[in-house]
Amino acid sequence: MTIEVRDLTKVYGKTLAVDHLSFEVRPGMVTGFLGPNGAGKSTTMRMILGLDRPTSGRSLIDGKPYHDLHDPLTRVGSLLDANWVHPNRSARAHLRWMARSNGLPTSRVDEVLELVGLHDVAGKSAGQYSLGMKQRLGLAGALLGDPGVLLFDEPVNGLDPEGILWIRTLMRNLAAQGRTVLVSSHLLSEMALTADHLVVIGRGRLIADAPTAEFISAATRSTVRVRSPRITELVPLLQAQLAATVEPVDGAPDAATVSGAAIDRIGEAAAAAGIALHELSPQNGSLEQAFIELTAGSAEFASHPGPSGTAPSAGQGPSVPGRAAQWSPDGSTLAPDGSAVAPPTPDAYQPAAARHTAPEGN
Amino acid sequence: MRLLAVERIKLFSTRSPYWCLAVVLAAALLFAILMGTLQNGENASVFTSQSGLGLGMSVFMVLATLAVTTEYRFGTIRTSFQAVPRRANVLLAKTGLLVVLAAVTATVSSFAAFFLVKALAHSPAEPLTLATGGDWRAVLGHAALFPIAAVIALAVGVLVRQSAGAITIVLVWPLLIESLVRLIPKVGSDISNWMPFNAGSKFVTYISSGGLPQEALSQVLSGGPTPLEGLAVFAGTAVALWIVALLVLQRRDA
Repeated sequence: MTIEVRDLTKVYGKTLAVDHLSFEVRPGMVTGFLGPNGAGKSTTMRMILGLDRPTSGRSLIDGKPYHDLHDPLTRVGSLLDANWVHPNRSARAHLRWMARSNGLPTSRVDEVLELVGLHDVAGKSAGQYSLGMKQRLGLAGALLGDPGVLLFDEPVNGLDPEGILWIRTLMRNLAAQGRTVLVSSHLLSEMALTADHLVVIGRGRLIADAPTAEFISAATRSTVRVRSPRITELVPLLQAQLAATVEPVDGAPDAATVSGAAIDRIGEAAAAAGIALHELSPQNGSLEQAFIELTAGSAEFASHPGPSGTAPSAGQGPSVPGRAAQWSPDGSTLAPDGSAVAPPTPDAYQPAAARHTAPEGN
Repeated sequence: MRLLAVERIKLFSTRSPYWCLAVVLAAALLFAILMGTLQNGENASVFTSQSGLGLGMSVFMVLATLAVTTEYRFGTIRTSFQAVPRRANVLLAKTGLLVVLAAVTATVSSFAAFFLVKALAHSPAEPLTLATGGDWRAVLGHAALFPIAAVIALAVGVLVRQSAGAITIVLVWPLLIESLVRLIPKVGSDISNWMPFNAGSKFVTYISSGGLPQEALSQVLSGGPTPLEGLAVFAGTAVALWIVALLVLQRRDA
């Protein structure tokens, strides 16, 4: 069971929510669907589930549009919003009508209630449930038909640590059973712990489609900060001897950020040339920082005119993530007024070796 | 059949339908008590025994509207469409259930009201018997009107999606709009007579003899469609609205 998204586009009025998005979700692993709020994750999931009508393009589950699935709950389970329950209806009745609609026996309702730990409160109306309990009820609904494909939209939002751990473990187990699991999140740190593979989008466009480890190591590649009274001599030296990339640091004329060279070699090179260093420090980009850089300018509310039309949306972008943007440790790239917005998004980040899905789909 | 069962579980696993059904029956019985007891039941007739049914029909329309708007309100409509992606089937099942429920509710309420009046009225203006076809129509006719009204309410619910707005429409339309149209000079009363709810009500209007004062009688009977024409207008409106609702439902994002 795979999910295939092909050239999917959704326009709401004048807003381009999803922009020619293509990717594939494969079985046996957890695929993280990552992007800032408003990037189009939920819209994409709703289109996969046949709830929203795509403006163009399509999405297929096991080669079929959702509409053509027979008893779809036995193929695809989803938890898009835990609050989608009638507050006066009991959890059991909620699951009972879902089961009946897809020809599942009522005994299955009790099974999933047991599985998510709601068995003892199944007769209570859902309105009395805490968010965590509603989340469990939503999961029970998703698992009701024992489906091979599962979609979760921000499943850990608002949960306590225990609940987060529970859901994380559950998703990993579901994937280990060979199911196809797509989980959306706006938190890279959460996805780093849960997902094996990442599909990253921003402003409705594909930014990355790569294994999680590879994505993170590329996105957080560390740099070295140097400060020296003779910085003007040091910079050409590093560029020439170490083939390093050196960028100036805003507001610190005697400092520079060096990437592409080991910290030891930088110190040795400076010593050999007799240049005193006032600072030589590794800068490890955090996941969040890297993510902000990657999606800078693609956050929905960072409203600068996007490079629409000029962007090859997926497939041929060899560009390295974030390198075009300056570090901005305070996250100012997301300033709503757009003043500190980084240069246009790297169109598509796809480490050649990592990309198992050809752009055309296979 | 499976989807009918689904809709039945949905409808009867929340509280509001029970309240609505209780109010429909209460309205029918309350008016029946008034008709049967006031002035020893002098105003009681087969027709007037059904005085509470009009109000009851409005309440049933609220039930039918809520059956769809609460799904939008609480997001369960999305779960419904995920479980049954063919949206026409969801709407058909909802419609089927409400039509059956409406017919049963109307039958029970109208007979209960009739027999209550018959039991209470000491000196009715006319014998309270179901003798003629017209008598039967006045009572059992509600079993035709309620389902049609339910379909209209359901369609309005699908189109408006929001409880307050949809309920306002289904209440104000029959209770206010169709009466106000009468105030338009010259053509007003003709238009009003042919508007769906007024036209539909002709189907259960039956005056055998003295039940009402003569002027009221003439007003009720003045112009407008015959009972069958009225029923056709009412049913036609429901079918047209339902088709529009279905088309919109299939096109729209859930």
